[in-house]
Amino acid sequence: MTRQEYTRSLSHLRDQVVQLSSMVDKAIARSTEALKTQDVVLAEQVTQADQAINDLRWRLEEETLAVIAMQAPMAGDLRQIAAGLHIISELERMGDHAAGNAKIVLLTANEPQLKPLVDIPRMATVVRAMLTKAIDAFIRSDDELARETMVMDDEIDELYNQVYRELLTYMMNDPHTINRATHLLWAAHNLERMGDRTENICEFVCYAVTGSIVEAHDLS
Amino acid sequence: MSAPFHALPDESLTATGNLPRRQKIASIGRGIFLLATLFAVAALVVLLWYIFQRGWNWLSWGLLTNPPSRRPERAGLSIAISGTLWIISLTLLVAFPMGVAAAIYLEEYAPKNRWTRILQINISNLAGVPSVVYGLLGLGIFVEWLNLGRVVLAGALTMALLSLPVIIIASQEALRAIPWSLREAAYGVGATRWQVTASHVLPAAIPGILTGVILAVSRAIGETAPLLVAGAAGFVTTKPGGFFDSYTTIPIQIYNWMSRPQTEFRDLASAGIIVLLALLISMNLIAIIVRQRFSAKTRW
Amino acid sequence: MTDLLEQTDAQTMPDAASEQAPLIDISGLNVYYGNFHAVGDVSFDIPKNQITALIGPSGCGKSTVLRCINRMNDLIPTARVEGEIIFHEQNILAPGIDPVMVRRRIGMVFQKPNPFPKSIYDNVAWGAKVNGIRKGMDDLVEWCLRSAALWDEVKDKLDQSGLALSGGQQQRLCIARALANNPDVILMDEPCSALDPISTLRIEDLMRELARNYTIAIVTHNMQQAARVSDQTVFFSLGENRMGTLVEASPTRELFTNPRDSRTEDYITGRFG
Repeated sequence: MTRQEYTRSLSHLRDQVVQLSSMVDKAIARSTEALKTQDVVLAEQVTQADQAINDLRWRLEEETLAVIAMQAPMAGDLRQIAAGLHIISELERMGDHAAGNAKIVLLTANEPQLKPLVDIPRMATVVRAMLTKAIDAFIRSDDELARETMVMDDEIDELYNQVYRELLTYMMNDPHTINRATHLLWAAHNLERMGDRTENICEFVCYAVTGSIVEAHDLS
Repeated sequence: MSAPFHALPDESLTATGNLPRRQKIASIGRGIFLLATLFAVAALVVLLWYIFQRGWNWLSWGLLTNPPSRRPERAGLSIAISGTLWIISLTLLVAFPMGVAAAIYLEEYAPKNRWTRILQINISNLAGVPSVVYGLLGLGIFVEWLNLGRVVLAGALTMALLSLPVIIIASQEALRAIPWSLREAAYGVGATRWQVTASHVLPAAIPGILTGVILAVSRAIGETAPLLVAGAAGFVTTKPGGFFDSYTTIPIQIYNWMSRPQTEFRDLASAGIIVLLALLISMNLIAIIVRQRFSAKTRW
Repeated sequence: MTDLLEQTDAQTMPDAASEQAPLIDISGLNVYYGNFHAVGDVSFDIPKNQITALIGPSGCGKSTVLRCINRMNDLIPTARVEGEIIFHEQNILAPGIDPVMVRRRIGMVFQKPNPFPKSIYDNVAWGAKVNGIRKGMDDLVEWCLRSAALWDEVKDKLDQSGLALSGGQQQRLCIARALANNPDVILMDEPCSALDPISTLRIEDLMRELARNYTIAIVTHNMQQAARVSDQTVFFSLGENRMGTLVEASPTRELFTNPRDSRTEDYITGRFG
């Protein structure tokens, strides 16, 4: 086997992408938990952890550029590295969305909860499952799995519409709820965006594996 | 597993362990090779010293201009010098173009098959045939069968035969030394085989070819045996004026003098050898000059 | 799904090699050295006014294939070539074809810069002279040297030896020499392997410039060079009994981002064994 050092750095990069995704996954889980329980301390932790996600993303980007500059990757390797660069930036943005939700907890901590949260945690569960599968598809170079995963975004969109209608009803019935409802709508919107970004990750996986660009809307 | 190296005892860089012994063997080797070189040079020096000591006093203008004589103080080399020049010029005229042409055929044209290989082996063997055999050949073919008699032409043709294999082999070496990339370059711009050979390969090989020719001709100048057999006369009193005159050459004259009983003639022979050496050296000089002119034309 | 693939290809590569008229059409090419079958059944096109790169591991026959195109293999006594190389509707390999004429129309630049041991002027002029051109030689020499991007560096020393130039200049002189017969095609056999990186890049720039008027085929060991300079890339590999075979001929961009054959992928990503 030739190019062992290069092969090692590629697999190291892949490991780091997994590491980054699990940090993001944790941020989603904890920010959602904080929303549900109005836990200020947990929310605080999520915003702090976001810094670590940003740091890792930039370090990974540097390492990837170094591999490109020094090893001149080609063909499948090149596509995987390009996909990796996109994926880490998507992951970082997802981390920002999670931190955004944590901030909503901090902003609304003094008010009583509008209602017990049901659909928002459900959205979070789907996003996390999607993310896990998307990263799995990336690591295993499995474009089939990536395509299956993309479809899951429809579920998130449906849940979002449901939350949207429900919160609209609250606001129309009692204008005093507008502030809290709007914040919750943001939170749901953030999760919806995370779903879109996971879908993007799946698209990059498909490109890395097949070399052709597949967009989610082509599939359905 | 640790690396299977033997650690040096300390960090000193002076010779330790078996290194002093190895260095000693190295210097002994150097001594032997130097000695061998010195021996060859010493033999040459002794030879030259011996010859110059005996012949120096006999060197005179008369030696070059007088015809042979029974009296050593009046004997000279003029007839022999003239004969040698005749023989050498004719030999060159025949052997040089023929040898180079044969070399060009073998290197540039001939297919590399079994016949060419057999041809090649035969040429190499011919270069090693004793020169007296060429003398017999010359006697058989030129003197008797073609009935030329014991004349300049027969002698020169014999010498040409003798020089041919050496010239061919040396020219082949010179042609082979021309990088293939030069031929490729010329073929690449649409040249024919002859254009490639005549414009690039041959001019580039000429210095090497000339070196080979010098060697061959130098050997021929010093040769005695084949001409003795093929008909150089022992005692001629007139310079050859054409292809069909009888002749003698410097080495034969020297041989002649050496076989006389008088010590004066022996010393005269030494003087003759000095003349022969001078002739060889000047021929070499001319060849070097010609070679350099050709090299200057080729802009390496 | 396949439809989609083809669509994207056509969209992103409008000047794909397959759409250009081929100037040279190689089909069923086999080369033998004595009993050794060196190149097996190679077929591909060389499109006009494009640069075709031949890549592959050592001994894969890429150089041999290149040398068939201008009949250079004729100079190797044991070589035997079968197949067809169609150029201007004639088979270059046919018995009635004079290799000298082929080489006038298809020039060549070699691995090691090999200027003649003559003046810069004569280096360029000689090829034209042997082909019977006498008039307008000064203009021809200047034009060739300009086309080879060498004129400004040598215009004041045309009578100096070509061998006094630097390696990169020598190679550009060899390119100028190849241009003197006004060929349609220039073959280059690893033209930069003896040059430093800067000289290499200058030759590559020159190749792109020359591709406007000439068709170029280049053998290179340097994959980056093939990627940088060529429009089409042909990948050769070693088959059974060390016979060179063609694996893939694709537009360069496709071959280096998404090769069709896994052997190409392994080679260009540098993974063997």
